[in-house]
Amino acid sequence: MSTMTHHETVYPKRPWKATKADLIPVFALLVLAAVVDYAVVAVTPMKGKLAYALLFFVFGAGFQMVLKWKQLGRRAAIDSLAGSVAITGAALAFIPVISLLETAIVKGMKGLYPGFFIHDMSVANYQSPLNQGGVIQAIVGTLYLIALATLISLPLSLLTALYLTEIKGKASGFIQFLVQAMSGIPSVVAGIFIYSALLLTTSLRGSTIMAALALAILMIPTVTRTAQEVLLLVPADLREAGLALGATQWKTVATIVVPAARNGLITAVILGVARIAGETAPLLFTLGVSNKINFNPFFGGQSALPYYVWSGLADGTELGIDRAWSGILVLLMIVLALFVVARVFGTRKVKTK
Amino acid sequence: METRVQMSTDNSSQPNSLAGVAAGRRREPGTSPLGSGLEARGVHAWFGSHHALENVSLDFAAGTVTALIGPSGCGKSTFIRTLNRMHEFIPSAAMAGEVLLDGKDIYASGTDVTRVRLQIGMVFQKPNPFPSMTIGENVLAGLKLAQMKYDGNKDDLMEETLTRAGLWTEVKDRLGAHAGGLSGGQQQRLCIARSLAVNPKVLLMDEPCSALDPGSTLRIEDTISQLSKTMTIVIVTHNMQQAARVSDYTAFFLADGGPGQMIEVGPTNEMFSRPKDERTENYVSGRFG
Amino acid sequence: MADTGDDPRVSSTLIERPVPEKRKLTTKPRPSDVAFRTTLNIMSYSSLLILAAIGGFLAFRGFGAFKQNGIGFITNSPWSAIVGDNGKETDIFGMGAMIVGTLVISTIALLIGVPISVLTALFLTFYAPERIKKILVTVVDLMASFPSILYGLWGFIVLSPMATYWAKLIYKYLGWIPFLSVPQPAFDRSPFLAGIVLSIMIIPIVTSVSREIFGQTPLDRIQAAYALGATRWGMIRAVALPFGASGVVGGAMLGLGRALGETVAVYSVLNIVFKINWHVLYGYGGNIASMIVQKFGEASFNEKKALLAAGFVLFVMTLLVNMIANTVVSRAVKSGK
Repeated sequence: MSTMTHHETVYPKRPWKATKADLIPVFALLVLAAVVDYAVVAVTPMKGKLAYALLFFVFGAGFQMVLKWKQLGRRAAIDSLAGSVAITGAALAFIPVISLLETAIVKGMKGLYPGFFIHDMSVANYQSPLNQGGVIQAIVGTLYLIALATLISLPLSLLTALYLTEIKGKASGFIQFLVQAMSGIPSVVAGIFIYSALLLTTSLRGSTIMAALALAILMIPTVTRTAQEVLLLVPADLREAGLALGATQWKTVATIVVPAARNGLITAVILGVARIAGETAPLLFTLGVSNKINFNPFFGGQSALPYYVWSGLADGTELGIDRAWSGILVLLMIVLALFVVARVFGTRKVKTK
Repeated sequence: METRVQMSTDNSSQPNSLAGVAAGRRREPGTSPLGSGLEARGVHAWFGSHHALENVSLDFAAGTVTALIGPSGCGKSTFIRTLNRMHEFIPSAAMAGEVLLDGKDIYASGTDVTRVRLQIGMVFQKPNPFPSMTIGENVLAGLKLAQMKYDGNKDDLMEETLTRAGLWTEVKDRLGAHAGGLSGGQQQRLCIARSLAVNPKVLLMDEPCSALDPGSTLRIEDTISQLSKTMTIVIVTHNMQQAARVSDYTAFFLADGGPGQMIEVGPTNEMFSRPKDERTENYVSGRFG
Repeated sequence: MADTGDDPRVSSTLIERPVPEKRKLTTKPRPSDVAFRTTLNIMSYSSLLILAAIGGFLAFRGFGAFKQNGIGFITNSPWSAIVGDNGKETDIFGMGAMIVGTLVISTIALLIGVPISVLTALFLTFYAPERIKKILVTVVDLMASFPSILYGLWGFIVLSPMATYWAKLIYKYLGWIPFLSVPQPAFDRSPFLAGIVLSIMIIPIVTSVSREIFGQTPLDRIQAAYALGATRWGMIRAVALPFGASGVVGGAMLGLGRALGETVAVYSVLNIVFKINWHVLYGYGGNIASMIVQKFGEASFNEKKALLAAGFVLFVMTLLVNMIANTVVSRAVKSGK
């Protein structure tokens, strides 16, 4: 009963995958559901997007269930219903995102004009026409905030991450727990902390450096966690190679491990920056605000993009809100750019020497 | 019905040889109430562009135990997974050929694959009871998943399947305990009982004893012998002595640098005493593998 | 030993051998390494320092408010700082309205956001084809990085009319349920709207955690279910959901932690008023964070300190929730392996 060798070519097939013929009734029923949907809405007092959406779900899922019941029975029908519910849930999660992006782009574009990135708000106020004034002071301010916050948080984050990955002392579990706990601090708490510690009873005024301190508190957990993950990815053989050559641990870490993780550490910083670039609440308590462009973070007040948006929203007039949208669009573009850069850096392989 | 036939071959006079062991197991296949059994015709399997299995045709007569032997990597596990349509869960999987259960191709379009798997059960290498369920719930899990209505006493069904799996006496007082507390061998017998509860026609076993200690292994082999009276069993094993102990027929698989192929199949004692192919002879006499 | 005891075909004997004693490994580290280790050691405690400092300063500054109002600071509702004719200030500070509002909005956010997140996680793990899954996972991560003021603006401009419409609908059919009724037909800018906005904001974190845990469902259990003839939903019910339940709970708690402290989004969409409001469809409310923001600008010195005390309460709340959540999640992730 051994096999005979046939010399005909046999092609791999996937008989379990749905064929085009199988999918036709599915699509047909979806179209039917849409039609019935419109019809029902037309004849009953129900109206509005909610009615259309709800009925489409009911009829869409219902028809698919009936189809499966006829083909394969009750269990398959229930399985089909579960699938419909899962897809609907996912759709409900993603529709807001699309709306958020679409609104920001459409409404934000209104206020963008070439001078937007050059002028500041000292020459106009929120009720001025949209071709006056601009956001440059906010951009400068945000850049300063990011730079200062990074300067403050990066050493602490990196050293903490190194402690967790290189030394792994007895307190590691505790420190890890603390870092995770820190990531849950609300941004408003960070703001009022700096206020209560440095501004409430002293003669110090709000300024960018104060706001940067608050933002640093929010940045440290993100950077630490990502840096830790990235440092753990550095292969153990690299460390062992350094130690086997007789180098001290700190030399090994400084000259081998950290450079090997360089791309990932850059990603960690970028993710931290993305986290804080859009934060508004801490600024409300710590930033000394000025509508004029200013390159001094310690004196004279600066602005920041989230604050710009906040002012527009607080203004409440139509023009004010238009400006807010434009500010949001700029902020969004910056955050998206950071996101993309972090992805690119994150997917580059760890450099091994 | 066991029929003992004395074979007057050279090897049977040595009681410890594989052929000798297998000789004691020669038995005619069961009769018709079990249906026409399972048949694979020209089965190929691919993972992406890698051709893993080539042109396997095997007829598993109802009521028999067939062992699939061969060195690791020769496609035995891949083949057995094409028999109950578990092969398709791997994202890059593809196949060709037919697998017939009672004459009907299980890969035909419009087939309810979940019903197929109810009729062709599987026991895996690593015991996998559901840890969130009790022992009793595990046994009935198949019924619950299939939403099968069971006309009869569920407790009786539990006792029957656990007894057939050889586990009843050990767990009858703790059916409400969690399945995770059992030993490896007990868990595997629980998995067997779970498969039995849905009353399959065929039971596929993919190296069911390779993760277990010798005592559990022998216990399960006893179970297999008992079960084969009422169902068809296909067992993948890399343990030739096990194949000789439990199976009526043995199929030898080999992948000679290319896709896995079935080299030879025959009654077990013949495969071990007088194999037709030289490669089979080399494998069963331990020259490789 | 497992089952070999009573099987006469298998013997089990052990030979006792003495175990040698382990040697202690010591080294004398170089001074530079000692300095290195000490520095890292100290620096890593910075997180402890920061957390302690936050709690410390807020409690210290706010102490007066706690002392003056006692436990009523948390439970009472009226919050007023009135300067009388004699220039003297009478302060009564009670956070009750803030806390109730926080709980109400967060509950709505969880009720809407968690089911959607779990369904999305199930869809991504068990239903979505590979290419779609990659795109959607990126989108979810993107959502997590949107500034909260974007959600606030969008909620205020885009979502608000829709939420009002839905609120009216809900009131029409379900208004007999006590917390869904309204004293007057004012449906704009209600806790309901704030809850919806918050629910969208917590979707990324809850979905990510749920997806991670569902992705770790042991393959052999999944295969066992399918081999028994289960449908996809049958497998999810029997294997994935029991396995992932604790992780999902942890994820929901992380979402709760996020929702508790959200400031600008709530401030933008909700009509902030210092009165306890259980009627979720009725147009006013607040949470601790947004009320701090609202009052802070014009607050007197004493009132500022009271607001800091409120901030301390918020800090403790979010810290506790996050600590419990992280423990739950890490235990769920570990026990899966």
